[in-house]
Amino acid sequence: MQSSSTRDLMVGVFVLIGLMAIGWLSLRIGGLSLSREGGLVLFATFDDVGGLSRRSPVRIAGVRVGQVDSIELDEDLRARVVIDVQPDLELSIDTAAAIRTSGLLGDQFMSLEPGADDLLLESGDDFSFTESAWSVDALVGELVHGDADLESE
Amino acid sequence: MLGPVRRLGALAVARIEGLGRMTVFLGQVGRAMLRPPVRIGYVVRAVYDSGVLSIALICASGATVGLVLGLQLHNTLSRFGAEESLGTAVGLSLIRELGPVLTGLLVTGRAGSAATAEIGSMKASEQLDGLRMMAIDPIHFVVMPRALGLAIVMPLLSALFIFFGIFGAYLIGVEVLGLDAGSYLSRLENAVDFREDVLQSLVKASVFGILLGWIATWRGYACEPHAVGVSRATTSTVVTASVCILLADYVLTALWGV
Repeated sequence: MQSSSTRDLMVGVFVLIGLMAIGWLSLRIGGLSLSREGGLVLFATFDDVGGLSRRSPVRIAGVRVGQVDSIELDEDLRARVVIDVQPDLELSIDTAAAIRTSGLLGDQFMSLEPGADDLLLESGDDFSFTESAWSVDALVGELVHGDADLESE
Repeated sequence: MLGPVRRLGALAVARIEGLGRMTVFLGQVGRAMLRPPVRIGYVVRAVYDSGVLSIALICASGATVGLVLGLQLHNTLSRFGAEESLGTAVGLSLIRELGPVLTGLLVTGRAGSAATAEIGSMKASEQLDGLRMMAIDPIHFVVMPRALGLAIVMPLLSALFIFFGIFGAYLIGVEVLGLDAGSYLSRLENAVDFREDVLQSLVKASVFGILLGWIATWRGYACEPHAVGVSRATTSTVVTASVCILLADYVLTALWGV
C-alpha cells in the first residue's frame, strides 16, 4: 500500500476530477446558469407554437441569444411563451417573434426579427408582432384542398 | 396439515426480521457518521479503495458504451435521415439511465463485493469481536467509513462515466462517421435540461451509492463467520445490490415523471 500522503493526494485529485465532471454536466450540458439574474425576460403570444418546447433556442439571424423558459395557455386559449435572452441585447419595440424550423424536419426554435423603432423592449414586455409555427398538417391540408378545387373547376 | 402454513409464516417472520435488522443497522451507521471522533482518514482510505481504484474501469467502460451507442444509434437514426440527432439520443440515454445504472452495477462488482469480503473476513477472524473487547464500536470504526466511501464515490464515478460515454460517441459520430461536431454538441446541449436530466442522474447515482454502501456493509457485517459464509455474503451482495439498483432505477424514473 502506498504511503498515506500519496493516497490522500490521489483521493483529492479523484474527487476534483469527479466534481469537474459533475460541473461540466450541469453547467455546459445541462445549461444551468449560476447567474440567473439580469436576463431579459420577454413574452410572446402565438396561435400555435407547434413543436416549440422549454429550452428551445431563441435566435437572431441564426445566432443563439437565449432560450424558451416556459409555455403556458393564456385566458384567450392562446400559447403564451416566456423567453429569456441576453440582457445586453437592444431590441427595438417593433421586433417580431416567429417560430421557425431548422431544416425540413429539424427542431423548432424562436427567431427574433429586429425592427426599426427607437424605443427598446424592456424586461416583462410583450412582442407586438408574432408569427405562429408552420404546421406541416395544415400545409398538406391546404395542398389537398387546393387540388380538390382544381378538379371541381 | 397446518405444518406448511406454519413454515410459511416462520419464513415470512424471518424475512421481516431480517429487513428490520437491516434498517436498525442503517440507523446505527447513520448515527456513527455524526458521532465523534470523525474517522476522516478511514473515509479517505475507503474512497481510495472504491473510487480511485475504479477510475480506469469506469473510464474504459464509459468510453466503450459511448462507442457502441454511437454505432448502434447512428445505424438506427440514419434510416430516418436523423443522424444529426445522435447527440440528443446518446446524451439523454447516458445521462438519464446508462450512466448511473451501469456505474452502479460496475461499482457493485468492483468495490461493493470487496467491502463485503473485507468486513466478512474481519468478522470470521474475530477481529470485530476484538475491537468490541477494546471498547471500539466496529460499526463506527470499520463499517461506517466503507459505507460512506461507497456513497460518496458513486455520483463522482457516474459523472465520469457519462463524460467518457459522450466522448466515445463523439469519436464514432464525428471522427469516424463524419457528423458535424458543432451540431452533435449543440443538439446535446439543447436537449439536456439540468433539473429534468442532470439532477435526476445525480440523484439516481447518490441513491444507488447509499443502497450499495448499506447492502455491502450489512452483508459483510451479518455474514456467517466462516470462509463459506464470507463467500456467500459476497455473492449475495452482488446479486442483491444489482437487483436493488435496477428496481430503484425504475422507481426513481417513474417518480421523476419522465
